[in-house]
Amino acid sequence: MLLDVRDLKVSFDTPDGVVEAVRGLDLRLAAGESVGIVGESGSGKSQSVLALMGLLADNARVSGSATLQTDTGALELIGAKRRVLERIRGARIAMIFQDPMTTLNPHLRIATQIKEVITRHRGLRGRAATKAAIEMLEAVKIPDPARRIRYYPHQFSGGMRQRVMIAMALACEPDILIADEPTTALDVTVQADILDLMAELRQRTNVALLLITHDLGVVAGQCERLLVMRHGEVVERGAIDPIFEAPAHAYTRDLLAAVPKLETPHFARASS
Amino acid sequence: MEQAAHGRSLFSDALRRLRSNKAALASIGVLGFIVVAAVVGPWLSPHNYFTQDYGAIWIAPTLADAHWLGTDGLGRDLFVRALEGGRISLMIGFVATLVSLIIGVAYGATAGYAGGRVDGVMMRIVDILYAMPFLFFVILLMVFFGRNILLIFVAIGAINWLDMARIVRGQTLALKQQPFIEAARMSGAPAVSIIARHIVPNLLGVVAVYITLTIPQVILFESFLSFLGLGVAEPATSWGALIKDGADEMGRAPWLLIVPAVFLAATLFCFNFIGDGLRDALDPKDR
Amino acid sequence: MLSYALRRLLGAIPTLLILLTLAFVMMRAAPGGPFDADRELPPQVRANLEAKYHLDEPLYQQYGRYIWDVAHFDFGPSFQYRDTSVNDLIAQGFPVSLKLGAASLAFALIFGIPLGMLAALRQNKPADYGAMTVAMLGISIPNFVLAPLMILLFAVYNDWLPAGGLGSWQNYVMPVLALGTAMMAYVARLARGSTIEVMRSNYVRTARAKGLSAARVVWVHALPAALTPIVSFLGPAAAGIITGSVVIETIFGIPGLGQFFVQGALNRDYTLVMGVVLFYGILIVLFNLAVDLLYGWLDPRVSY
Repeated sequence: MLLDVRDLKVSFDTPDGVVEAVRGLDLRLAAGESVGIVGESGSGKSQSVLALMGLLADNARVSGSATLQTDTGALELIGAKRRVLERIRGARIAMIFQDPMTTLNPHLRIATQIKEVITRHRGLRGRAATKAAIEMLEAVKIPDPARRIRYYPHQFSGGMRQRVMIAMALACEPDILIADEPTTALDVTVQADILDLMAELRQRTNVALLLITHDLGVVAGQCERLLVMRHGEVVERGAIDPIFEAPAHAYTRDLLAAVPKLETPHFARASS
Repeated sequence: MEQAAHGRSLFSDALRRLRSNKAALASIGVLGFIVVAAVVGPWLSPHNYFTQDYGAIWIAPTLADAHWLGTDGLGRDLFVRALEGGRISLMIGFVATLVSLIIGVAYGATAGYAGGRVDGVMMRIVDILYAMPFLFFVILLMVFFGRNILLIFVAIGAINWLDMARIVRGQTLALKQQPFIEAARMSGAPAVSIIARHIVPNLLGVVAVYITLTIPQVILFESFLSFLGLGVAEPATSWGALIKDGADEMGRAPWLLIVPAVFLAATLFCFNFIGDGLRDALDPKDR
Repeated sequence: MLSYALRRLLGAIPTLLILLTLAFVMMRAAPGGPFDADRELPPQVRANLEAKYHLDEPLYQQYGRYIWDVAHFDFGPSFQYRDTSVNDLIAQGFPVSLKLGAASLAFALIFGIPLGMLAALRQNKPADYGAMTVAMLGISIPNFVLAPLMILLFAVYNDWLPAGGLGSWQNYVMPVLALGTAMMAYVARLARGSTIEVMRSNYVRTARAKGLSAARVVWVHALPAALTPIVSFLGPAAAGIITGSVVIETIFGIPGLGQFFVQGALNRDYTLVMGVVLFYGILIVLFNLAVDLLYGWLDPRVSY
C-alpha cells in the first residue's frame, strides 16, 4: 500500500474551545490508484490532506497514523520532523489547490516558481532546470512555453494558472498528487479541459490521485473509489459504480441528487 | 471548519477579547491612575506650580518639605508642576482629538455616502492637504500669532482630521453596500438621517480605535511644540515644556528631565497599547 | 513608466501651488515685518530696504514674482543673513540633514524589518511579545526625550560619545539613534503584521507544499508582500524624519536645514522659512513619486 492512513484525527484550539475537524479517517491508496473524497465545505476533507502534508496551522492537533511507502521503507508522516516532510512535499506527494488566482506567488515569475521545486528535489540548476521547467509547461499544453515561462501569474488566465500549478506539482514525478477542489474556481468549459488534462497526465505518469471535491460529477470522471465525508467522519466508502447506483447513506443520496440530471455522469474512466 | 453562528454581538465579543488582553488592561489601569493623579494630585501637595522659592532650588527628590519629586532652578515644586503639566497635555490631547474627530467623521461620512464625483473631489482635496508639511505651518502660526492654547487645539485638530476622514470614508463606502442601509434608502429616509442613524453608529469601532491612537499623537505633537519653546507659555506648563527645561539642566538636575519624560512616555505607551488592544479586539484576525 | 512619472509630476503641481499660496498668505498675514528689529530704522533706509526686497509692490505682484522665482528654483535672498541667498543656505544645510535623515531611515529599515518578521514567525511566543513590547516602547518615547536621555547617559555620565557638533562618525551615532528608533519600532510593527498575513496566504501554503526550505519560503516567497506596507510607509516616514530633524538638529547643534528653519522662524526670515517649507514640500512630492515607482518594481501586477 502506497499510503496508509489510520484513525486520523484533527482538532483546532480556538479561543472558543477545541473544534474537532476530522474524527478518525481511514484511507488506503495504492500506487497509480485514484480515490475521491467528497463532502461539503467544513466536512474536514481539506484538513485531512493538509494534515498528511504537515501544512496545518500552529493551533492544529493531529493524531493517528499515516505511513508512506518509500524506497527506504515505510515512513510515518504524522509528527514527522519538518526536514523529513520537506523532502516528501513536492517530491513524493505534490498538491494543487482550489483557487489558481491566489495559489501562485504574484511577485515571482513562473520560471522561478517551477524551477525552484526542480532545483530543490531534482538538483537541477540553471539552464538544465529551465529546460525541465519548459518541458513541464509543454506537458500541460501551455502554448509557447519558452516565452511564457517568463510571465508573471497575473499574465495568465485562471485555467492557464491551474495548468502551471499542475506542471509544478508533477515536475518531480511524485507518487501521489493531492488535488484539493482543482476545478471549483474555474469556468465550466475550462473545468472540463483541466479534468481531461489530469486524466491524460495520470495515464502517462501513473501518479496516484487523491481528489477532494464537493462535486460528485467530477469524481465520477476521475476516480475508481470514493469516500463521502460529513462533519469530520466518513459516512460512506466504496467503488464508484455501486455507490452511484445504490447509495447507502442518506447524505450521499442528497449529494447525488445535486448532480445535474441532464448531464448523466460518464463512467468511462481515463485509467481503465 | 465552520462553527455554528453564536449569538454574541460584535460588541460583547470585542469586550471579552479586550478583557483577556492583559497588556491593554494594565495600560487602562496605569492611564487611569495618571489621569486621576493629574486631576487630583496637585491638591495633595502643600505647594503650587508657580510659586518660586529661592531658598529651595535644585532640590533632588526628597520627603523633606514635601518636595517629593524635587524642585527646579526657581524653587518650584516638580511634583505639582509635572501633574499640572499633565493636566494641560491630557486636556490638549482630548480636546484636539475631539476637534479632529468631528471634522473627520462629518467629512468622511459625507464623502463616502455621496460617492461618485463629490467623493472624488473631496478625497482629492484630502490628498492635496496630506502632502502639506503642516507641522511647519503650525510652527509658523505659533511664531507669528503667539503661543495661544486655543490655537494649538485648532491647529492640531485641523491636521489630524485627514486620517479620520479617510478611514471613515472607506468604512462608509463598505457600509453603504450593506442590505440594511439599502433598505433604509429604499424606504425613502433622507440621507442625513441615514448617515446619523445608521452609518455613524456602525463606525463606532473604528472611531474608538482611532481616538485612542490619535490622543497620544496629539500629546506628542504638543510636547514637540513645547519642546521647541512654541507651546504653552510660562508659568503654565506641559510635559513637553518640562522636558525642555529638564534637558537644559540635565547635568545639574537630571530629575527635571527624567520625571516628565517618564510621565509622557508612560502615557503614550498606555494609549498605544490600549489602541492596539482595541483594534485586535474589534478585528481579531492578527492574533 | 516614464510617462507615468511625468504624469505624476504634473499632478503634483496643484499641490505645490496650494502649498506656495498658503505659505505666501501666512507670511504676509503675519504681524511684524523682518525689519521691525530692535531699533527703529530711518524711514529712508527702511524704504530702500523694502524696495530692494520688493516689499513696496502690491501683494499680487509680490505673489507673482515669488511664484515665478520659485518655478526657476530661486528662493530669493535671505532677510536675515544679508548677502546670502536662500538657495545658498539650503545648499549648505541640506547635505547635512540628508546625511542624518538617510542614516536614520537606513537604521530603521535594516533593524526594523528583520525584527518584525522574526516576531511574526514566532507569533504569540515570548520572543514576539518581547520584540513588540520593545517596539511599543520605541514608539512611545519621543525623539526629543530619547535624545537628552542619551546625552545624559553617554556624554554627561560617561564620556563615550560627543554630545553635539559634527566631525567624525561618532557625532552621528546619537542623532541617528534618536531620529531612527521610533521609525524602526514602527517599521517592525508593520513588518510583523504584514508577515503574519502573508504567511497565511495561499501562495505561501503552495510554497510550503512544494517542500521548499523554511528560509526560502520566508525570504523569497513572503518577503515582497511583507515589504509592501513598509514601502507605503516610506512617504510618511520621510515626512516624520524631516520634522524630527528640526528638533534633533537643535538638540545636537547640527547645522542642518532644520536648525535654519527654527532660526528663520524665530527671526521672521520670510524668504528663508518659505524656501525651506517649499523645498521640503517638493522633496516629499518627489520622494512619494519614487516610492510609487518602487511599488511597481515590488509588485509586477501594478501597471502604469
